Amino acid sequence: MKEKKGGTLPVKSFTKDFISQLPFQSMVIPGIVFMIIFCYVPIYGLSIAFKNYTVVDTFSSAKWVGFHNFVIVAKDKYFWQAIVNTLGISFLKLLIGFPAPIVFAIMIYELSDGRFKRIVQTISYLPHFLSWIVLGGMLIKWFSATGFINNILMRLNLIDKPVNFLLNAGAYWWIASLSDVWKEAGWGTVLYLATMAGIDPTYYEAAKIDGAGRMRQIFSITLPLMRNIISLNFILTVSGLLHSNLDQAMVLMNSQNQAKSEVIDSYVYRMGLTQGDFSYATAVGLGVSIVSVILLYSANKVTNKVNEESVF
Amino acid sequence: MNTKIKDNSFYIYINYFFIVLFTIMIIIPLTNVVTSSFAGSRALSEGNFILLPSEWSLDNYRAVLHDTSIWTAFLVSAAKTVLGVVTHVFFCSMVAYGLSKRYLRCRKLYTVMGIITLFFSGGMIPTYLLMKDLHLLNNFWVYIIPQLFSYYDVIILMNFFRQLPDSLEEAAIIDGAGAWRILLTIVMPLSKPALATIALFNGVYQWNDFMTAKLYITTKRALYPLQMKLYEIIVQQQAAAMNSVGSFVVQTTSKGIQLATIVVTTVPILVIYPMLQKHFVSGMMLGSIKE
Repeated sequence: MKEKKGGTLPVKSFTKDFISQLPFQSMVIPGIVFMIIFCYVPIYGLSIAFKNYTVVDTFSSAKWVGFHNFVIVAKDKYFWQAIVNTLGISFLKLLIGFPAPIVFAIMIYELSDGRFKRIVQTISYLPHFLSWIVLGGMLIKWFSATGFINNILMRLNLIDKPVNFLLNAGAYWWIASLSDVWKEAGWGTVLYLATMAGIDPTYYEAAKIDGAGRMRQIFSITLPLMRNIISLNFILTVSGLLHSNLDQAMVLMNSQNQAKSEVIDSYVYRMGLTQGDFSYATAVGLGVSIVSVILLYSANKVTNKVNEESVF
Repeated sequence: MNTKIKDNSFYIYINYFFIVLFTIMIIIPLTNVVTSSFAGSRALSEGNFILLPSEWSLDNYRAVLHDTSIWTAFLVSAAKTVLGVVTHVFFCSMVAYGLSKRYLRCRKLYTVMGIITLFFSGGMIPTYLLMKDLHLLNNFWVYIIPQLFSYYDVIILMNFFRQLPDSLEEAAIIDGAGAWRILLTIVMPLSKPALATIALFNGVYQWNDFMTAKLYITTKRALYPLQMKLYEIIVQQQAAAMNSVGSFVVQTTSKGIQLATIVVTTVPILVIYPMLQKHFVSGMMLGSIKE
């Protein structure tokens, strides 16, 4: 305990030091053991993607088959269907869901502080805290033939007779992406609002004296000063393009829309746990993770370049 | 901030208009679900209302109250949330307190091991096979043990612990207190804000989590939490509606039960969320500092 301020004392022997730190080590080591069991063992378990794993095997006893599973995956048309659906939904989400919180945050920021602003924030954060199962149940109700969306469309004479939108495969990508935006756009403003609160108000005052209007202030002060946080979020969103929302797919999928609603994670679930083809499902998951890492890396590179150039 | 808002213009009204519009787009669908759950079966099957049904009834809630499996699920959810949060917060604090000592031997190794877990994971199938080997399938502890630890939360707590004044700990050492006693009687009580935000986020996760049950509770349906029970109700109702199984009356009733279960599942979140909104927002900040 004496070497508390660490670093300045002469180096003591490792064992002696370790034993004197035993109370602290005994706090950290359970965490390390946990990580080895629950994080590193499954990472090692990824090796079954290169093996032929059967129910009686352990991770290491399964027979090595090299890239055999990956070759089958590449020829599997349902795998490509899941890829297309995941990318389609993700792109719609990126297109709408990425700018939405930025615009919404700017709009909220423009409100004067007070009860109205607080109420707007409370309401818009709320959907984030609903589970996807709850929201899925709600969506099924809203989009059903007797739901309120059909009701509104009928009253506006946009449709002749009620449609159950979730049984309509063509509508699925839109329902999946827009419901995600509906759920997360409000909560997404939190970080942006915090960044905007940190902007020096004298910038705006100076701009106003120079005759800059509201829009001009947003485009010349607010947005440029938020560039870092926006690019960080952009990198994270792009690297997540292949991440599918499993909870959402599980609850909204039905036999009528499956061709459009099967995403990668639900496909892994179905192949691995429903059909018991563990090696194959692991190969799908591993392949997709590797592509995700490449996406993260390239998104990071691209944003760095763009940012550098726009500085000058 | 207020100075830039003073100039009155057309722009401000447009802004208010859209903000109100967006807010309504959130409120109306949510209200629709709540009022529908109180609607009578005829109003529900006709579905000709947006906010106020023509016929009110408590039948849906009566049916939910009489369904003991929903009660069991509620208790499982409550138990997994409370126990999960307490053990998670305690376990993470313990590891974080040890790691917060910069002079700790092997600290480099420990942090590298932790950081790797933030970026890589075995994914669904290897994790499932591990749970199977650990005999955690169809076992209540599958909700608790794999959730004990999160390196992300450890980083947040570690940074918080380092901001605490050293003098308090030094005084305790002079009084003869050991590391464990200092953690439990000084460090954790002083870190209530950080512990509270981690507890809140973990609590929401535990309450809303359904995939754990879907993956690992394969036969023992008594261990289903509320979210899984709701999922089951939704799937059954969807299948019945698509295949036109069961009479029209049965279908409408199960739709009503589904709506009432949705409301029951959400009420705990709706009750605590507005009270604790500040902590959620500050917790979001706490987490983002790291990035």
